[in-house]
Amino acid sequence: MSKDFSRFLKPGRVHRQIYTDPAIFELEMTNIFGGAWVFIGHESQIKKPGDYFATQMGRRPILMVRDEEGRVRVIHNQCAHRGAMVVATDKGNAPEFTCCYHGWTYHLDGRIKGVPLNHGYPADFDAKNPKVAMNPVKRVKSYRGFVFATEAADGPDLEESLGYMTTSFDDLLDRAPDGEIEVAGGVFKHGYDANWKVYFENLCDAAHPLFVHRSSIEASQAQSDDAHSDGTGEIAVRQMRQNGAPYSFWESQVGIWTYPNGHSYLGDYHDDSKLVAALKDPVFREYIAALEKKKGKEETKRILEVRRWNSNVYPNVSLMSQFQQLRVVHPISVNRTVVYTYNFKLKGAPEQMFRNTVAFANIVNGTGSLVLTDDLEIYNRIDMGLSSDGAEWLQIGRGYQSDQPEAHGGRKGVNSTSEVYIRNMLDAWVGYMNGGHGQGGALAKAAS
Amino acid sequence: MAKKRTPRPKIAAPSRRRVTPLRGRAPRAEQALDIHRCEQFVQHEARLLDEAKFDDWLALFTLDGWYWVPSEPDQANPHDTVSLMYDDRRLLETRIRRLASPRMYSQEPRSRTSRMVGNVTIEDSEGRAATIRSKFIMIEYRRDQQRLFTGTAWHRLVQIDGGIRIAWKRVDLVNCDAALDGLTQPF
Ligand code: FES
Ligand SMILES: [Fe+2]
Repeated sequence: MSKDFSRFLKPGRVHRQIYTDPAIFELEMTNIFGGAWVFIGHESQIKKPGDYFATQMGRRPILMVRDEEGRVRVIHNQCAHRGAMVVATDKGNAPEFTCCYHGWTYHLDGRIKGVPLNHGYPADFDAKNPKVAMNPVKRVKSYRGFVFATEAADGPDLEESLGYMTTSFDDLLDRAPDGEIEVAGGVFKHGYDANWKVYFENLCDAAHPLFVHRSSIEASQAQSDDAHSDGTGEIAVRQMRQNGAPYSFWESQVGIWTYPNGHSYLGDYHDDSKLVAALKDPVFREYIAALEKKKGKEETKRILEVRRWNSNVYPNVSLMSQFQQLRVVHPISVNRTVVYTYNFKLKGAPEQMFRNTVAFANIVNGTGSLVLTDDLEIYNRIDMGLSSDGAEWLQIGRGYQSDQPEAHGGRKGVNSTSEVYIRNMLDAWVGYMNGGHGQGGALAKAAS
Repeated sequence: MAKKRTPRPKIAAPSRRRVTPLRGRAPRAEQALDIHRCEQFVQHEARLLDEAKFDDWLALFTLDGWYWVPSEPDQANPHDTVSLMYDDRRLLETRIRRLASPRMYSQEPRSRTSRMVGNVTIEDSEGRAATIRSKFIMIEYRRDQQRLFTGTAWHRLVQIDGGIRIAWKRVDLVNCDAALDGLTQPF
């Protein structure tokens, strides 16, 4: 395969092959899911020493674990002996890890603790050799409790790589009156038969809701408000109705911001003061009072004025701070993807706030929801379509001429329907695929 | 060829009419909810769902009824943990109305389903009301793919105006916590 991956991009266009070629997928697993800072989990998922959370980094099974000293470790969930996966449960607590095949045991940080039948090995086999271990992922770093890891031995630090996107994590934390958040409420796992990139390329796509989600928009708009409700889904119903805002709304009031390394967010979309009806909703009023008590009126006003819808942190996590949700993308194969969706509790907020978060997830982001199901269908159809060479070069050019530079080194669409954030991700894609970091892809070249 | 569509399809509102009577003679309200009537009821419900008579299915629920498909085995409640589906009456009406929409892309083409319901037991009963437990197998076919769902259903049945209605229904899928593709069909 020729080395320069920028050949798959042209101004405003991308070649379909990057979504369908298994060889490209293999390289993505090494260069992107091995080379970039990949989101692993949140520290609140492993509170006590011995707590572990089993997940994937690309296709690698890995463990996020809290060791005896309380440090967060990210290690490969793989035995150094014959390579068996060691931990087979999603989460739990363990004093050590034992492989079920021949009983090799490991400390919580992955170092060997004991090897039964430790004789007869070649002279150079030394169970004390740190290389014989459940190998740690090369670098692990957390940003305010959000744990990332990378297999790249060197390259930018996590914060450098996140750049201005740290503010989206700040936004989520700022919204907690006590300044702390906690993963809670279970997880949605949903799958679709298409490439992982199409999921990310949809999250900030402001041009699709009005069209794709028409059935839920119309059903929610036609729904009478006086049918019995236990309060569940009030916000979600409003959200479905909001998806029906005319294109003029997306063109004039919502914005799209992008940053180096493929990150982006859709902003100014969901206005708490209008959509959550801050003044009429007693729960929201109670929440604002709790925020004001801890942070003061000025700061509360500032916090609530940050209106970010989806924040995409390339390559695998998307954050929705206004509804305390987080989606993690797990590529399975070139045309199979599984996405995990988590919710956060804002500490110090009324209990009902979290129940609203759960209800929102059920109706909008859930596997059996009224909204996400149509998105999943679109991803499947993209894959069915991309197997055809009828259209080799796909169009991602909307806004190409009108995008503007942004203060923190990124680019901003002149309005939210600009495809600038897809171009920005693909720029990072080229950077990683060419063996570098997220910058220096096609866009950077075009700009220089 | 796709059919020509009107730009803004009108979605019929789910009716609030009374529960569709069971085939044959409607049972009298004062009759006990015996196993035979409970079995007849869940078979009837399964038939409505398989025939995509969602409007009639909705009409089986009481006006404050709810429908729940947990995302975890033994999930304690639908408020503190996410659910594959959890609809109060208002959301259930919205869900059913959406199912009637020609613009529901995840139902283009429509799913076909086939259900077996059995092992019905009455878990507790106060004569005019009962909680029943049943087992189901549901096969969903859509676009050359067949998916198999199975699990346990719990119904709280009450007798109102000579008919049986669902006060709540909980469906525990055996694979509720698996990675699932999108779910559009009520169980
Ligand atoms: S493979 Fe793990 S102990 Fe042998
Ligand atoms: Fe969508």
